Amino acid sequence: MELDLNLIDWSRAQFAMTAIYHWLFVPLTLGLSLIMAIMETVYYRTGDEFWKRTAKFWMKLFGINFAIGVATGIILEFEFGTNWSNYSWFVGDIFGAPLAIEGILAFFMEATFVAVMFFGWNKVGKKFHLASTWLTGIGAAISAWWILVANSWMQYPVGMEFNPETVRNEMTDFFAVAFSPVAVTKFFHAVISSWIVGSVFAIAVASWYLLRKGESHKKFALSSIKVASVVGLAASLITLFTGDKSAYHVAQYQPMKLAAIEGLYEGGESVGLVGMGILNPDKQWYDDGEEEFLVDFKIPYGLSYLATRDANGYVPGVKELIEGGYTLADGGMALSVDEKMARGKAAVEAMGAYRETSKALKTASDSIEVALLKNDLAIYDEVIDENMEYFGYGYIGDPKELLPNVPLNFYAFRVMVILGAYFILFFIVSSVLSFKGRYRQKWLQWIAIISLPLVYLCSQAGWIVAEAGRQPWAIQDLMPVGAAVSNLPASSVQVTFFLFLALFTILLVAEIGIMLKAIKKGPDLEQDR
Amino acid sequence: MGGTLAKIWRFYIDGFKNMTWGRQLWVVILVKLFIMFAILKVFFFPDFLRGKTDEEKSDFVSTELVRRIPPENENK
Repeated sequence: MELDLNLIDWSRAQFAMTAIYHWLFVPLTLGLSLIMAIMETVYYRTGDEFWKRTAKFWMKLFGINFAIGVATGIILEFEFGTNWSNYSWFVGDIFGAPLAIEGILAFFMEATFVAVMFFGWNKVGKKFHLASTWLTGIGAAISAWWILVANSWMQYPVGMEFNPETVRNEMTDFFAVAFSPVAVTKFFHAVISSWIVGSVFAIAVASWYLLRKGESHKKFALSSIKVASVVGLAASLITLFTGDKSAYHVAQYQPMKLAAIEGLYEGGESVGLVGMGILNPDKQWYDDGEEEFLVDFKIPYGLSYLATRDANGYVPGVKELIEGGYTLADGGMALSVDEKMARGKAAVEAMGAYRETSKALKTASDSIEVALLKNDLAIYDEVIDENMEYFGYGYIGDPKELLPNVPLNFYAFRVMVILGAYFILFFIVSSVLSFKGRYRQKWLQWIAIISLPLVYLCSQAGWIVAEAGRQPWAIQDLMPVGAAVSNLPASSVQVTFFLFLALFTILLVAEIGIMLKAIKKGPDLEQDR
Repeated sequence: MGGTLAKIWRFYIDGFKNMTWGRQLWVVILVKLFIMFAILKVFFFPDFLRGKTDEEKSDFVSTELVRRIPPENENK
């Protein structure tokens, strides 16, 4: 059965749009929660009411962003049930459990501690209030953990066994799922990179005050810039490290994603890392005779080192991943895609046959028939077990489907990395100048403001690489998007896509208006004048 | 225990009553939740497998998954 390609593309587009919208608000929640907690800690330790007023202002902006972000994530869960029903059923409780934990945890922790944070000034003790502020941020981070566990399982499915009786994956090892190396690295990378967003936001807003309000807001602005600069610099440097680790995991578990990120059509040993380059738009496949790049600058041995921790290490390109025949890290031989497709097809057909046989067994009464059916069941079960790791390849008709969009991944990755490097420099400059009392230059303050959309671009680019690089897989190697999607009319998905686009645009404009109004009003600084 | 619960209840009630800029945010939140759950979920995002028992869901998904083997792979 061939699905309408439009259905798959519109379903993907809708999920991408709603996920990107959701990710506009999450990083600022995570980032500002740390900054406001640090500021309240300074107040707690010094008793200086200035820091209380400063913390309260950033809490207000945190609250506005938090309220704006409410329910943007729930849409994604709606989409799982409607647009991705095969996927939702297939993943069983592996996806559902982390999402349920996230929802329950988020509700209880944040309903409790956010309430104390906003309602509890002068009502609860200073220590309890400070603890609540920290726990608000910690609660948000723990919520993020569970969502990232779910996403990590899509990238690197572990800790489960497929049950052909129910056509679901069943969790066999909770810790393998919750603490997979991909999940752990993804958590630190996503959360700590969000601290960069919070820091840039604070510096941008504070810089705006210096530009527009001048002397009256100078103490508030410079104090905020100092805190945010230190947080941002630490976060940027740690994110560099976690990013490297993430890329290493991509090389191990999603080598085609790495090939797309690098535009690596033919691999080998001692492979350079493309620092920057312009892809040849005519290059479509590894054997089309076209050059990969119009121009490129490679860091010698860089990709081999990043992928294998050996400057001369072997990195497979698209060709090797399709044709197989190279030696894997564990010493085994890489299968060709043709072979994986055959095995995947065998697993899928065996699953179907298993279910038919299982149904027949329920109504069989003749003892010989029962014995034969049980024997067939055992055979199908064995075929499934032997070939399950290639299950998703059963849905691949053309090996070219396995290559994610190279330009999108290549350029998005570089946007993320180049901006990430820029932010390291940005925070070094803002830290040094603010602590030396020399953060006065208008051009610097404008750079800070312009950096605000750039940090959102950087953050979103990372997720584009993560998710667009995973294509065609909904679950790496186990289920491509073509098998995951519900068989709906493409037109109904189009309708909801445009409905969301209109709704989100209206909400975003209204909500940014509320945020800008709060920023224009500014902090309560009467006592600091 | 009852006294503690009453204090917590009072804490939340007083907090909500004394909100200033927070009221506008709560209006935004409630409007959004209404749109999400009462309109979008009900009319546009029904669960595709709703109304089916677990056995029927397994059957349905299994049939779909087998049917989705592409013709190009069928002939291999």
